Amino acid sequence: MARYIGKRLIYMFITLALIATFTFFLMKILPGSPIASADKLSPEQRAVVEARYGLDQPLPVQYFDYMFGLLQGDLGISINQFKGANVTDVILSRMGPSAQIGFQGMLLGTVLGILFGMVAALRQNTWVDYGSTIVAIIGISIPSFVFASMLQYWLGLKLDLFPVALWKDGFMSSVLPSIALAMFPLATAARFIRTEMIEVLGSDYITLAKAKGASGSEIAFKHAFRNALIPLITVLGPMAVSILTGSLVVEQIFAIPGIGEQFVKSIMVNDFSIIMGTTIFFSVFLIVIILVVDILYGVIDPRIRLSGGKS
Amino acid sequence: MKNSKILWLLGLVLVLSAFLAACGGGDDTDTGTENTDTEGTEDAEGNGGEPDSVQELNLIEGAEIPSMDSSIAEDAVAFNILNNVNEGLFRLNQENIAEPALAESEPEISEDGLTYTFKLRDANWSDGTPITANDFVYAWQRAIDPETGSPYGPYMMAGTIKNAKEVSEGDMEVSELGITAEDDKTLVVELERPTPYFMSLMAFGTFYPLNEEFVTEQGDDYASNSETILYNGPFTLTNWDGTGLTWTMEKNAEYWDAETVQLETVNVDVVKETSTAVNLYQSGEKDRVGLSGEFAMQYAEDPEVVKELEPTLFYLKFNQERNGEETPLANENIRKAIATGFNKQDLVDVVLANGSLPANYLVPTDFTFNEAGEDFRDINGDMLSFNAEEAKTYWEKGLEEIGETEVTLELLGGDSELAGKMDAYLKEQLETNLEGLTVNLKAVPFGVRLELDEAQDYDIQNSGWGPDFQDPMTFIDLFVTGASHNLMSYSNEEFDNLVEQAKGELAQDAEGRWEAMAQAEKILIEEDAAIAPIYQRGTMSLQKPYVNNIVKHPFGGDYSYKWAYISGKE
Repeated sequence: MARYIGKRLIYMFITLALIATFTFFLMKILPGSPIASADKLSPEQRAVVEARYGLDQPLPVQYFDYMFGLLQGDLGISINQFKGANVTDVILSRMGPSAQIGFQGMLLGTVLGILFGMVAALRQNTWVDYGSTIVAIIGISIPSFVFASMLQYWLGLKLDLFPVALWKDGFMSSVLPSIALAMFPLATAARFIRTEMIEVLGSDYITLAKAKGASGSEIAFKHAFRNALIPLITVLGPMAVSILTGSLVVEQIFAIPGIGEQFVKSIMVNDFSIIMGTTIFFSVFLIVIILVVDILYGVIDPRIRLSGGKS
Repeated sequence: MKNSKILWLLGLVLVLSAFLAACGGGDDTDTGTENTDTEGTEDAEGNGGEPDSVQELNLIEGAEIPSMDSSIAEDAVAFNILNNVNEGLFRLNQENIAEPALAESEPEISEDGLTYTFKLRDANWSDGTPITANDFVYAWQRAIDPETGSPYGPYMMAGTIKNAKEVSEGDMEVSELGITAEDDKTLVVELERPTPYFMSLMAFGTFYPLNEEFVTEQGDDYASNSETILYNGPFTLTNWDGTGLTWTMEKNAEYWDAETVQLETVNVDVVKETSTAVNLYQSGEKDRVGLSGEFAMQYAEDPEVVKELEPTLFYLKFNQERNGEETPLANENIRKAIATGFNKQDLVDVVLANGSLPANYLVPTDFTFNEAGEDFRDINGDMLSFNAEEAKTYWEKGLEEIGETEVTLELLGGDSELAGKMDAYLKEQLETNLEGLTVNLKAVPFGVRLELDEAQDYDIQNSGWGPDFQDPMTFIDLFVTGASHNLMSYSNEEFDNLVEQAKGELAQDAEGRWEAMAQAEKILIEEDAAIAPIYQRGTMSLQKPYVNNIVKHPFGGDYSYKWAYISGKE
């Protein structure tokens, strides 16, 4: 296991270096300048500002400077969005709210989704089943900006149960955005669990277990549910990354100081160091989650062996 | 089995229609309740009553603060806050006239108009240290120093402050910049050329003082959050962490004119979604919200709407030479045909619907005034107004002159929703009114548009300009031969001469200068149709009736809260 993880870590490092390289050059192809008032300045005046951020250097020099800084954990300073601010600080200060609503949304969505899915599978073709399917379809098909706006309008403005927006009232501020984020994982989990469980419940070994006199709940949890989890984890891993790293739409609608909304803006305004820093940060997150998911497979289903897993 | 499927579908349809109905119903009830609300409250209050005991204003901003460093700032949000938490030698007053602020009185001006001597009033920074002439010297030198990388420093100073251009390009020491502290309270500024609008420049953020000792002590941390800045304006900034979506302005007890300031607190939150901002306004959490797009249309008749005109002008740039070849737009009649061939009033009323004005001019209305208080706009009146008949005559004449029957032109514009709608409207109007014209639309992001502009690679460009100082010249000299904004090969010697005169020999003759600029504008628009003005931008906001005296400025910081107060909220 240790050897396997060691090997994976080396691959992760290479992947990251490749991602950083590709992003760097793709980003440099982006048209436009990171200088906000570029339309007003003369070419000489623009050159002065560009020199301040090292943008006057030839591209290869900029690239090696950046990669060298990256090795030392230095993500550089923001050029446009928060002029002069350390990129690491920017990401850390914006990550908290995104992670909080993301985690809450994920948790709520997955737990409810699994519950809905299981009930639907066990009570197939009853109103419970149809009800949970409808919820799942609504969750997948209603765009999150519509859902978030409705939550804000009804629960926030009209019924005054939660703050309309802004990140000021601690947990209460996080409720509506978390619900908005929960819809997608809820729907996905419900669909997967239902389909998988129906399939598993129809398989031979379940019949065998029944014949041996295993109780209904034992069959449902120990056999059916555990097997149904495998495909779910495969989708939930990457989904967790995308939700935890912030949702542009939900953050913007609830005016939350998150990272998703800010990342998109950094691309619009060509803030090179922020684009790079955030991309690398997201990549590390994603790669780690993929590793965790791979390890989890082995835990849930012993039939799945990790290569070189002798220990 | 079949039955259950139908049942299932039926259920789905029911649920979905409930959702849709909820949306539609929401809008109706919304506008309904809101109208009755406002009618009720307005009668009870009326503006301009006695100030309340709680003086708290809650505002929304559309974007984060990129930098609070006055040398580095280059955006509307930063300049707006700087205008409220700091101050320069002069400040725009409630009538938008520059009046002495940190300067004790009007400066002494040398006969040649090149040397200004300012006496500073006794005023302190927010930590209690006195503001000295050296604070200005340091700030200006810092803003022009190439090491600082300030965008607005060189932009605002070059050609105006003595030696600014040379210093910014590294050819001279910063100490050569035309600003010296004669003593603690006397500041001498030397100019390159007489600058009649110099006082209004002194109200601009880039020219604010900085406390050298404090700034150097903070080093890279200077202005990284609200604790690492010194203030000298009506308010101080608090509660800003450098990257967050929230900040507060609190009354500055050290401000020299603190007795004028009535607001105790201004709470600001960044909200980028207009629907969210409107909801916060409706819930009473916010006192003022800017409206855009469909919200501007929806609330246009609301009694709480405040309409403001901005001195930002949008126009079509006609490129006369593309890739080394003359375009059809090199022909004056073709240009005139296009400039008069679209209905501006309809554009403003129907497409924009945000309080903008149709523009038949270059220098905006409500922007600059002479000593008698008359608007520059009153001199020239309207030029190149919409007239389909005339446009047709120009067009036929033009086609004949260039020997074509059909012309295809590219219209380069922005990629926002509004820009898209506007350009589609222009295409439709022009193709209808000018037979044989085909307009191809090209919508690109701002950065790309700049690059195409620089390469002069377009036919017609939908472009805009906001002022940098309070003088018609900020618009007019954009189009002199070879100017960096004139990337369309327009050149008229008479126009150039008039601009040269206004900047040179007429600089100290207010009336003659005004006349020269008016004459230049007439040549540019009416005679040459070098550009086709479209509209002057307006904005719409909802503002609670208990908010009084927020002053809107035409350049620099957008608003002053110095004179604002709350009355009748309780």
